[in-house]
Amino acid sequence: MSEPIVKLTAAQMGDMVRNKEVSSRELVDAHLDVIEAAEPSVQAFLKVAAKEAREQADAYDALRDEEKAELPALAGVPIAIKDMIVTKGIETTAASRILEGWVPPYDATVIERLKAAHMPLLGKTNLDEFAQGSSTEHSAYHNTNNPWDLERVPGGSGGGSAAAVAAFEAPLALGTDTGGSIRQPGALTGTVGVKPTYGGVSRYGAIAMASSLDQIGPVSRTVLDSALLQEIIGGNDRRDSTSIPEPPRPMVAAAREGMKRDLKGLKVGLIKQLQGEGFQPGVQARFDEAVKLLEAMGAEVVEVSCPHLEYALGAYYIIMPSEVSSNLARYDGMRYGLRVMPPVDVPQTAANMMSYTREAGFGDEVKRRIILGTYALSAGYYDAWYGSAQKVRTLIIEDFNNAFKQADVLVSPTSPTTAFKFGEKTEDPMAMYLNDVATIPANLAGVPAMSIPAGLSDDGLPVGFQFIAPQQRDEVMYKPAAALEAALEEAWNGPIWQSLKTPWLDGMNK
Amino acid sequence: MPTFTREEIMHLGNLARIALTEGEIDRMRGELNVIADSINMVQEVATEDVQPTANPVPLEAYLRPDVAAKPLTQEQALSGAPVKEHGMFVAPQILGEE
Repeated sequence: MSEPIVKLTAAQMGDMVRNKEVSSRELVDAHLDVIEAAEPSVQAFLKVAAKEAREQADAYDALRDEEKAELPALAGVPIAIKDMIVTKGIETTAASRILEGWVPPYDATVIERLKAAHMPLLGKTNLDEFAQGSSTEHSAYHNTNNPWDLERVPGGSGGGSAAAVAAFEAPLALGTDTGGSIRQPGALTGTVGVKPTYGGVSRYGAIAMASSLDQIGPVSRTVLDSALLQEIIGGNDRRDSTSIPEPPRPMVAAAREGMKRDLKGLKVGLIKQLQGEGFQPGVQARFDEAVKLLEAMGAEVVEVSCPHLEYALGAYYIIMPSEVSSNLARYDGMRYGLRVMPPVDVPQTAANMMSYTREAGFGDEVKRRIILGTYALSAGYYDAWYGSAQKVRTLIIEDFNNAFKQADVLVSPTSPTTAFKFGEKTEDPMAMYLNDVATIPANLAGVPAMSIPAGLSDDGLPVGFQFIAPQQRDEVMYKPAAALEAALEEAWNGPIWQSLKTPWLDGMNK
Repeated sequence: MPTFTREEIMHLGNLARIALTEGEIDRMRGELNVIADSINMVQEVATEDVQPTANPVPLEAYLRPDVAAKPLTQEQALSGAPVKEHGMFVAPQILGEE
């Protein structure tokens, strides 16, 4: 084989495991080798669970053929997990000092499902603290470097998951997306990232940030791989009261249908408010070219208007911090996590212990959002802020409903810019928040959305193309996404990652 | 239009149980006022006739089967406790001095 095995897609790896051309243990070892070689430069992981991953792989390899035949197509294929999702027996920190050393006594539902599918967990990936940020620079532990340019951010909050998949440290990962934390890092690292319909994947065991917006979803290098993964983790869970009581949508079938590259009869809506001004010319150019490819495959392209999207960012920065301030109240130094007692000249009370614990345990961005949220929910301002933001949410949902009367699927660039340099936006919160202007609306409306690579901008960095589908119809975006991916790969004469320099893979013996 | 004063941020820090430092309060004041300016615009369109949305995917309430499930053991529940004693969490004193 000329290409190393880690450069295969997850679907191909699954096929090889099933056909006994490679064992799950060999796949896990190959990825652990890449992790060892790549981590000094990429730093995608907070914790590598080598021992556990090998045990899980060995357990799969020891199954009888009849047992293996019952398992999903990705059985035996390893996966990395954003450290915002709890894993029994494996330290889970949300990249915060307040949870340093915490070993959860239970698994998230998605982790139980991955284990039932016999997918070994390679480890926990880096993120902005409590998933609050767009560059992973707000991690309390370290930065993660973008594999396309190590001096630039991988996006955030799920920069670790995206970078790990882009760097071939893992074929798949899980992320969480509250305002774009799966899709924007996908765009900045040339990978695929999916935010399912709100309630489509159980949030039980996802550390809560903003509960009415949070959603777990797949990170991968291909559209089909995300479809395969979402069908494994999706579906009803009685431990999440917002979980939709339906099985997963037929996303794998839709992705396979899309790979035939026939989009006749599909209406694609270009969102007028999410292009042009504010978007880098190189981003806009790749987006426009991709739209032409959709047209060439038979899709009809129309422009749709969502006039209230200009209020989305404002509404988000009221609703999200409000829910953050409430959810993060649980970190009180009592039952788990950090406890810091007050200095000796301050009364040693529980209330003071909480204040000093939270002062020491939370970083700047988290504190900023808790204070903002505490304000938004406080008496006298509730109606003006929180109440108004909830109304904007209704208006945005109505905008999407109207748009979906004119088009089957909506499209926009995922992120206004390509990957930026470290420190470029950390001193200016508003500049950082603007990264998510195109991704936030889907969270507010609860609709599914995904980002796929649309090529490289004139700066040589990846650009993301976003599809948005109606609620509970996730398969509707998988078909055109798979079609566009196939058409682009033909135009490029190979996948986007053939342009990625991977010095950490040089000299590896596969 | 709300603007954040030093006193207000100190009060909010107290409500949120975060012992903010002087430097943090100063820095946060500037940042929060910029953020507040940009989010105040939501009030332009939030008129009386618009209904608020709390859950974007509203579900009919439904009953789950009433099946007993095993909760965490006492040992598991205490496994992350910063301080524990005799199978219980240990909290600092709740009330201050008289």
